[in-house]
Amino acid sequence: MKRRSFVQYAGLGAGALMMPSLMLGNEIPTEALLEPGMDVVLKKKMADVALNTAKSLGATYADARIGRYLNQYVFTREDKVQNVVNTESFGIGIRVIANGTWGFASTNDVTEDGIKNATQQAVAIAKANARIQKEPVVLAPVEAYGEVSWKTPIQKDFKEVPISEKVDLLLSANAAAIDNGANFVNSALFMVNEQKYFASTDGSYIDQDVHRIWPTFNVTAIDRAAGKFKTRQAMSAPMGMGYEYMDGLASEKLEGPEGIKLYRKSYDIVEDATMAAIQAKQKLTAKSVEAGKYDLVLEPNHLGLTIHESVGHPLELDRVLGYEANYAGTSFATLDKWETKKFNYGSDIVNIVADKTQEGSLGAVGYDDEGVKTKKWDLIRNGILVNYEAIRDQVHMIGQNESHGCCYAQSWEDVQFQRMPNVSLEPGTEKYSLQDMIKDVEKGIYILGRGSYSIDQQRYNFQFGGTMFYEIKNGEVVGMLEDVAYQSNTQEFWNSCAKICDKDDYRLFGSFFDGKGQPSQISAVSHGSSTTRFNGINVINTGRTI
Amino acid sequence: MAIYTEEEAKKILEKALSFSKADACEINLSGSNRGNIRYARNTVSTAGYQSTQSLVVQASYGKKVGTATIDEFDDASLEKVVGRAEELAKLAPENPEFMPPLGPQQYDASITYKEATAKVTPEYRAEVASKSIVPAAAKDVTAAGFLNDGESFSAMINSNGLFAYNKSTNVDFTVTMRTNDGTGSGWVTRDFNDINKFDAAEASNVAINKAVMSREARAIEPGKYTVILEPAAASDLLRNMIFSFNARSADEGRSFMSAPDGGNKLGQKIVDERVNLWSDPLHPDVPTSTWNGEGMPLKKTHWIENGVVKNLAYDRYWAGQKGVDPVPFPSNGIMEGGDESLEDMIAGTKKGILVTRFWYIRSVDPQTLLYTGLTRDGTFYIENGQIKYPIKNFRFNESPIIMLNNLESLGQQVRVDGNLIPYMKIRDFTFTSLSDAV
Repeated sequence: MKRRSFVQYAGLGAGALMMPSLMLGNEIPTEALLEPGMDVVLKKKMADVALNTAKSLGATYADARIGRYLNQYVFTREDKVQNVVNTESFGIGIRVIANGTWGFASTNDVTEDGIKNATQQAVAIAKANARIQKEPVVLAPVEAYGEVSWKTPIQKDFKEVPISEKVDLLLSANAAAIDNGANFVNSALFMVNEQKYFASTDGSYIDQDVHRIWPTFNVTAIDRAAGKFKTRQAMSAPMGMGYEYMDGLASEKLEGPEGIKLYRKSYDIVEDATMAAIQAKQKLTAKSVEAGKYDLVLEPNHLGLTIHESVGHPLELDRVLGYEANYAGTSFATLDKWETKKFNYGSDIVNIVADKTQEGSLGAVGYDDEGVKTKKWDLIRNGILVNYEAIRDQVHMIGQNESHGCCYAQSWEDVQFQRMPNVSLEPGTEKYSLQDMIKDVEKGIYILGRGSYSIDQQRYNFQFGGTMFYEIKNGEVVGMLEDVAYQSNTQEFWNSCAKICDKDDYRLFGSFFDGKGQPSQISAVSHGSSTTRFNGINVINTGRTI
Repeated sequence: MAIYTEEEAKKILEKALSFSKADACEINLSGSNRGNIRYARNTVSTAGYQSTQSLVVQASYGKKVGTATIDEFDDASLEKVVGRAEELAKLAPENPEFMPPLGPQQYDASITYKEATAKVTPEYRAEVASKSIVPAAAKDVTAAGFLNDGESFSAMINSNGLFAYNKSTNVDFTVTMRTNDGTGSGWVTRDFNDINKFDAAEASNVAINKAVMSREARAIEPGKYTVILEPAAASDLLRNMIFSFNARSADEGRSFMSAPDGGNKLGQKIVDERVNLWSDPLHPDVPTSTWNGEGMPLKKTHWIENGVVKNLAYDRYWAGQKGVDPVPFPSNGIMEGGDESLEDMIAGTKKGILVTRFWYIRSVDPQTLLYTGLTRDGTFYIENGQIKYPIKNFRFNESPIIMLNNLESLGQQVRVDGNLIPYMKIRDFTFTSLSDAV
């Protein structure tokens, strides 16, 4: 209920956005966002209190994360500002290994006494659980980096942009939607700044300043007499960028058939809201799809979610090993398949990489939340499964001795664990445009944007909807479709991958609130791809009469 | 940190309110102490303890509102947080839908707090993990589970004379049991306000038995089948249905509850006449607080009576627009059950499927409340009144409205996730594809 209550409180309507209530920290005035926070010299001193206390209590390893998490959210509907929220959350999380077992505790009392108490608690938890521990923790070695820092390369800090400018932009987008025939529009801007300091007994002191932004909206068009309503979500992507993402640069725009506008690393929210109203109305009278096999041409802002669910999650090593069995599930991509070095995850043009360094992506950081320098690595090369996503206490289980650097905690108060890095499909090496994807399709559907998504707990069977669907007949887009969802099996789907657009079409999709773990934690992650075609996929009709 | 008594909370809130200079002020104070243990691969993986407290001040000048929060409650901090909220309110754009704070209210005494639950220790949690792991290992099964317990309080005061307080405890437990050959999986969920009602060994055994029973599942053709939904399976779809019981989105024409003539479906029959669904904060098996976050009293409320929509939730703003009394969103859901046991329901089924739970449920079409998702952790084929064999998991595409129109019979109620849901037998439930997942 909590998550839903927040969505209602934010006025975004059922299903428009999913956002856990724990994203709310302490609310503060706008100008307080600009306050510098704790000095790095003091952070080091405080972190050392935790590390020294842990060692004195018998811990064989300890790390401390001092975090200051600043968020600003703006919510509007039609011509009204519903809420402007500034939040700050500050505290320290301490993780230890004692008697071969993890223990964790956190506190917002960042004083010597507060830190000592929390450290004692973490060690006590580790020792209490050690008696039923059967698999002592084994950590992969990591370099001692000394005192280092990293920042998201932003041009405009959202904290320095006046609220009034943000409100005006959202209200302009809302007005554009209403002027073009929308009945309702909700819009929102989410802006995040994680200021996090990491220190460990391995000898690293890492100061990072991470920025993310997500503008989004949901436009509704209603035909009351027909008892129908249709929505069209924003075609933006959440990004690891500053407020410059809102500039709407012409050089970052792409055009598709039927007047479709698409965006790379710069977003024009007013133009997109205009198109959304027009397209939401078109959806009211669009033809209902005939179920059957279709060639699917999938746009990056749609395909990103399919990559996320059918590649990103099944290759998380904690899922493969069973640590997530009780919640998110396990994985079909088992170690025995990987060990053959012949497992055909996809067709031979499918190359999928994990990358924690990609500029503009949500997952980009210099170092992960256990002090490992980030990198890029192959997951699927020429269609073959070659690696997983793993962290320090996991890589020894797959015979490797270097963490992949994808450990993350949503805040100082939660324990860090393995999270999905950015996972992206490499663009095609041959020169193909969107038009090249469509022109040799006899019977197909061009699908854009995220929609309904569901996949089983081992990531075999999935069903995806989308934001917009266009029918392709004999090499041409002939009009809009509705009631479309496709069902497939992960391995079959990726083996039906037939053609991939080149790098000029490459764009990032993002998920701001990916959930995993118990208690559940969120994480933000991007998935890049170019428009890609999958042949002969099963499409169902989701229309019903009640 | 402390879980404040009513007197302690009131003292802090009154002090904070004394600093208010705004037209109106509303202050909420809450705190919780929560502990958890997580295990997988028959060993403990993580455990933690979190203690939080916060005080939220909402100050308003006319329809301009500002909010500020703090987690320190000395006089200077209280004065600072009230001042911050007032500064923000002065700078905020006007919210035309702002409602002034409520006046004093009468609340029923809640029954949500059980002292034993507040006294759970790390050793108790480790013991729970043991009660899953030891019997699992003995049957060549691997346990992965999570126990989360705690106590919390919430209190509020406002400048119109309202004061409210509630204290509660709860424990949530889930465990997934997988056979070591990888072909069987079982699951169980339990949640209570009172830890004394929780039996970790009993719950774990249910999941172990399901895992063993579900080994080497056979594939059968997707299609329409009679299903017996265990309460955990039915509850997720019902919860999604209840979320559409919102008058405003219905009146605006963007909900399943919208009526074609411009109104909503209040008073219309939407499901089988045996369906009765209500909320009740004082139900002894699923108690909740007797007031909500803005201080509205929560009372027993009927949502569906004999298949007819009896109430939709109206927030105070929308109620004012429509000239009706506000109806707060429910804090729990109770669906009337029947006398039939699960065994009787199976015995009376010629051909059908028993579903333990659904997984990854997502909205497909909000106009028809169509949802998709999959069966998980124990799906069994029933023929001539007996469970014949485990079957592979199915993907469904179904609407809870269609489902409740296809009601065959209702069984006993079980608490699931704070709600009380019966076993139900449904005909013509739509499965659209097979999944290889175990």
